[in-house]
Amino acid sequence: MFEEFKWLPDQASTVAPEVDMLMLFIVVVTVVITALVGALTLGFAIAFRRKSESYIPAPWFGCIPLEIGWTLIPVGICLVMFSWGVKVYSNIVIPPADAMELYAVGRQWMWKIQHPEGQREINALHVPIGRPVKVTLTSEDVIHCFSIPAFRVKQDVVPGRYSSLWFQATKAGTYQLFCSEYCGTEHSRMIGKVIVMEEADYQKWLSEGAESGQALQGRKLYTKLQCVTCHTGNAEAKAPNLEGIYRKHIPISHIDGVKIKDGTKVFADDSYIRESILYPNAKVAAGWESIMPTYQGLVTEEELLQVIAYIKSLNQGQTPPRTEETPTPATIQNKVPNKEVN
Amino acid sequence: MATVSLESKTFDKFPDVVGRHDDTNYLNHDHSITSWLFTLDHKRIGLLYLVTITLMFLLGGALAGAIRLELLTPKGDFLTADTYNKAFTAHGIIMLFFFLIPSIPAVLGNFLVPLMIGAKDVAFPRLNLLSYYLYFAGSVIALTALLLGGVDTGWTFYTPFSSTYSNSYVIVMAVGLFVVGFSSILTGLNFIITVHRMRCPGLTWFRLPLFIWSIYATSVVQLVYIMILPSLGVTSEVIATFSRKNVFGYHIIAFSSIAIAVFGFIVWAHHMFTTGISPYAAMVFSLLTFSVAIPSGIKVFSWLATMYGGSISFDTPMIYAFGFLGLFTIGGLTGLFLSTLGTDIHLHDTYFIVAHFHYIMVGGAIMGYMAGIHYWWPKITGKMYSEFWGKLSAGITFIGFNFTFFPQFILGYLGMPRRYYEYPDEFQVLNVFSTAGASILAIGYSMPLFYMTYSFFFGEKANSNPYGGSTLEWTNTTSPPSPHNFEQTPVVTEEPYHYHGKEAAVVSH
Repeated sequence: MFEEFKWLPDQASTVAPEVDMLMLFIVVVTVVITALVGALTLGFAIAFRRKSESYIPAPWFGCIPLEIGWTLIPVGICLVMFSWGVKVYSNIVIPPADAMELYAVGRQWMWKIQHPEGQREINALHVPIGRPVKVTLTSEDVIHCFSIPAFRVKQDVVPGRYSSLWFQATKAGTYQLFCSEYCGTEHSRMIGKVIVMEEADYQKWLSEGAESGQALQGRKLYTKLQCVTCHTGNAEAKAPNLEGIYRKHIPISHIDGVKIKDGTKVFADDSYIRESILYPNAKVAAGWESIMPTYQGLVTEEELLQVIAYIKSLNQGQTPPRTEETPTPATIQNKVPNKEVN
Repeated sequence: MATVSLESKTFDKFPDVVGRHDDTNYLNHDHSITSWLFTLDHKRIGLLYLVTITLMFLLGGALAGAIRLELLTPKGDFLTADTYNKAFTAHGIIMLFFFLIPSIPAVLGNFLVPLMIGAKDVAFPRLNLLSYYLYFAGSVIALTALLLGGVDTGWTFYTPFSSTYSNSYVIVMAVGLFVVGFSSILTGLNFIITVHRMRCPGLTWFRLPLFIWSIYATSVVQLVYIMILPSLGVTSEVIATFSRKNVFGYHIIAFSSIAIAVFGFIVWAHHMFTTGISPYAAMVFSLLTFSVAIPSGIKVFSWLATMYGGSISFDTPMIYAFGFLGLFTIGGLTGLFLSTLGTDIHLHDTYFIVAHFHYIMVGGAIMGYMAGIHYWWPKITGKMYSEFWGKLSAGITFIGFNFTFFPQFILGYLGMPRRYYEYPDEFQVLNVFSTAGASILAIGYSMPLFYMTYSFFFGEKANSNPYGGSTLEWTNTTSPPSPHNFEQTPVVTEEPYHYHGKEAAVVSH
């Protein structure tokens, strides 16, 4: 029990020392104030203890300079903490533009991780040292929280939407990955390991075992789910060409079936693509009929990530030809798109 | 004068201003069961609450004991995972909704609001009794949910876990909480109208005791901060009485209660910094959260200034108030780690949070509640409890509390998530400390049950004002009060805590 004990958590990311420095500052401030209050309480209790039952002390109603002092000094201290906190917080939540991207799906009670190179792992996350890593998160069921104390980062994982966090590991080693939002019976077993590796080891690990890249897995789904039937990318297309749309601003004409102002655009990020697959009516690209069926229940969160990875990689002229052996989406076309109830 | 000496017993220190009379009082004027169950007397309703919430506190405390016992070792052994989850859910629900929220307002508030403002009762005595039975009904429904098999969602009931995935008695529990919610809303309403309409002649707003200001602020704004605000009011009363001095910065303390209530209304998103809310929203809520710290700090410094130059005696309520001051200071200051965005991300949903809110709500609120119960016990029961056991229990509670919860700050910084049934080995040392502390704390909390109950039946009689308090419940009525509180409607001619210029009263004794 004592062998594993330590007073301080591992400090293994670029933001960890910043968080700890801020933490230390607040510890010093609070210890000083606590000591002051404690000393005054004890000091006054002793100095002004009741010596005579008949003694009535002189009243003291107020002292403006004193009161201004103990209002303004705490205000100043709070403002310093607030600004410093905002600065560290910005570094925690805003990922660098060149961050490599990973994907994690939480479900009761495990973490499923996908790497763009095709590696998939459960309750383990391999990352290279010294490179910013952005993890896109979603949940298949309830709210979870993706938490890596050694990196001082934490992000709730909410069903029905994408959230993300980022970190840059600075020290090779194995660290705890926790679910820190209560999620049911085995919440405390929804834990995994983060394995930080030297770049060369990471590349070696990546090359082992993956059948195909995440985008290639998505490409298979793109034909299997018959996305390709309408999104053909050529003149016969019944739906917009998806080549090169990722992270572009796309003009839209309808929101939930309601016509909107011409020229309105939407940013085609992961969340928009996910939404368009599950709720095709939500934001319809300008110039196209809203004929797409919903894929709710036909595709898992993990598969969605693969399809998105594929669309992300899709460049000019790369849409695959339609294969005839799989059925057209007509069989699923009658399903009425409806908003998620839970 | 000669009769007063330091060796004399506490209850003889101060003159019996009203006169000790053994005639009828609100406790003995009618002994029948129905006279208690259908009473419209605010004092008896306060006692009904006292008995019921004490039972709920014991249940919530037993659950806490089970939780701490399970966490003694890293692997699950004492409970199953599901039982553990149901235990911490039940602990949270019972302690929050059935103990902390009604504790000071429903017990002490009911007993004291009319007495402190010189009224015969609250504005709506029947509504007051209805509030009690709503509380009772809510408790019965909640206990039914527990007996049927419990709820495993945590007291926060986050969807979609609580709505779709949990197979436990969420609906039954939600109905219980809905019902008990109306109890505190109606009590709050009753107090607001009572304070507005029923103050005795001369009792202007700024002559109100600070306890009334706190209860008033609590009634107006029913939020998380309602669990600590009433304790702040009790502390103001206790520190004034046992320092025998007016409260420093009376107006500022009164307004800071209102400020805490108002700011408390607009800081809700400070629980949501890791949920993915907009960073700008996070910054706004971080700043607003800091604004709660300022009035809290002002209160602490004003209490210190009240003690400065006072004549401080160390009776049990004051010892509890000292404990409150220490724990509230630590609890409040550790809130700074959580309002600061950069550190909150790491500490959120860890044991740091558990430690922080226990310092405020258990350390602060219950220490304040205990200070209040001990302070007004002679008025409520007409009996004195044992000072020795009282001080001992205050000391044991303070030590046990810190022993239990201080290690949890470190656990949280090390990264241990809350609501974990099992945990990695590296967290065990501190968990053992915490569980050991909890057993000390359990002793501290249990002791008053015995010596207070004993004093109720066998305690020495208290005079009308054993601690030399300056507010109407001490100066203008007997202990315990008559069924209608005052023989004559009091007339107030001065500010509260007006000890100075009172030498004559003491000397003439």
